[in-house]
Amino acid sequence: MSAQTNSQASIQTSDKPLGREQLAELVARDIAPGSFVNLGIGQPTLVSNYLKPEQNITLHTENGMLGMGPEAEGDDIDGDLINAGKIPVTELPGASYFHHADSFAIMRGGHLDICVLGAFQVSATGDLANWHTGAPDAIPAVGGAMDLATGAKDVFVMMTLLTRDGASKIVEACTYPLTGVGCVTRVYTDKAVFLTGPDGVTVRETFGCTFEELQELVPVPLKAAAAVVG
Amino acid sequence: MLTFVDSVNEAVSGIKDGSTVMIGGFGNAGQPFELIDALMACGAKDLTVVNNNAGQGDQGLALLIKEGRVKKMICSFPRQSDSWHFDAKFHAGEIELELVPQGNLAERIRAAGAGIGGFFTPTGYGTMLAEGKETRIIDGRGQVFEMPIHADVALIKALKADGVGNLVYRKTARNFGPIMAAAAKHTVVQVSEIVPTGGLDPENIVTPGIYVNSIVKVA
Repeated sequence: MSAQTNSQASIQTSDKPLGREQLAELVARDIAPGSFVNLGIGQPTLVSNYLKPEQNITLHTENGMLGMGPEAEGDDIDGDLINAGKIPVTELPGASYFHHADSFAIMRGGHLDICVLGAFQVSATGDLANWHTGAPDAIPAVGGAMDLATGAKDVFVMMTLLTRDGASKIVEACTYPLTGVGCVTRVYTDKAVFLTGPDGVTVRETFGCTFEELQELVPVPLKAAAAVVG
Repeated sequence: MLTFVDSVNEAVSGIKDGSTVMIGGFGNAGQPFELIDALMACGAKDLTVVNNNAGQGDQGLALLIKEGRVKKMICSFPRQSDSWHFDAKFHAGEIELELVPQGNLAERIRAAGAGIGGFFTPTGYGTMLAEGKETRIIDGRGQVFEMPIHADVALIKALKADGVGNLVYRKTARNFGPIMAAAAKHTVVQVSEIVPTGGLDPENIVTPGIYVNSIVKVA
């Protein structure tokens, strides 16, 4: 990911699309040292496997803990120590426990640096849809998604760029019910990393496609970043 | 007033038809299974239940729902891989659901215990969960007005109580316990151990005994 010449083609940093693990590794590398981070259920959880000790990242779980360690195994499994996905986890030195209102105050009060979430759709201005398909017979379940999306200083989304039917999940306006308005700051996909905000969508880098090929897949105007910063 | 009772059945005897009952726990961590079983046995119906979830598997809250004793659920995450009893009641139109973002659920419970009449929050603004609610722009951000959630009774689980009802919890089983204890008119706690007054370090008390009405030790 070394900086290349300042042209649109130069933002392609991989010959192939990234796999789930490669994407998790990339997100982990982009998290600033010393950050307080909440990783959502599913694909975002993979990010924890790639955080390095020297990054000194503290993981938050919304059911009342900072300093969460890896998934528990064997004799370390304790029903009173679980993560938001209700998976048994471990505690690291320096961990703390607190009640649910304090835990959500950590998000809602703007203390959490980054949350990483999955998504159905992200709009050109950073609206997020990730909690409900809107299908009439679906039982809605929101959990902490709206609080995370609204409260964290940075909201990173991890998803495949396209649906199984080949439709872009980056859209002009979300058709699924919203989780939050204008909250997403970055979108990590198998084909590209997008920076989202009030000024529209900027492509930081592409994987296995050129900027022009990417633009053909995505129905919103894209801007190319000036240069890739590794 | 604080009482120590000998059985879980006695502990829940004050719960009536139509009561609003807060039940602690996030998944199975902190869920007061013995008190819920006693609530099942006591026969109270038309309950409004406040919990993060809507029951898992074939135990606890899930059974209460299966037996048709819950009129309304107030929760953030009803749909899970093993929430089949809630799913069936919901699809049959036999249970009402008030879906609340988890942070709003926690803060609305906290507000009730703290005597707050409501609050504005950005969470949910611009989403279908804010439909019909008062909104304002505060500090340039859209915010939604949320009301406190009060309860007649809270059923919670703690690790230890002392003789005046001070409580300590264990790890992530703490979750909703402290805020529910404050939000309910009558708080019932099941604990693993009761220690003599003075046996808990005052610096480490999580829930002061003033919020606790009834304590029962379970095996």
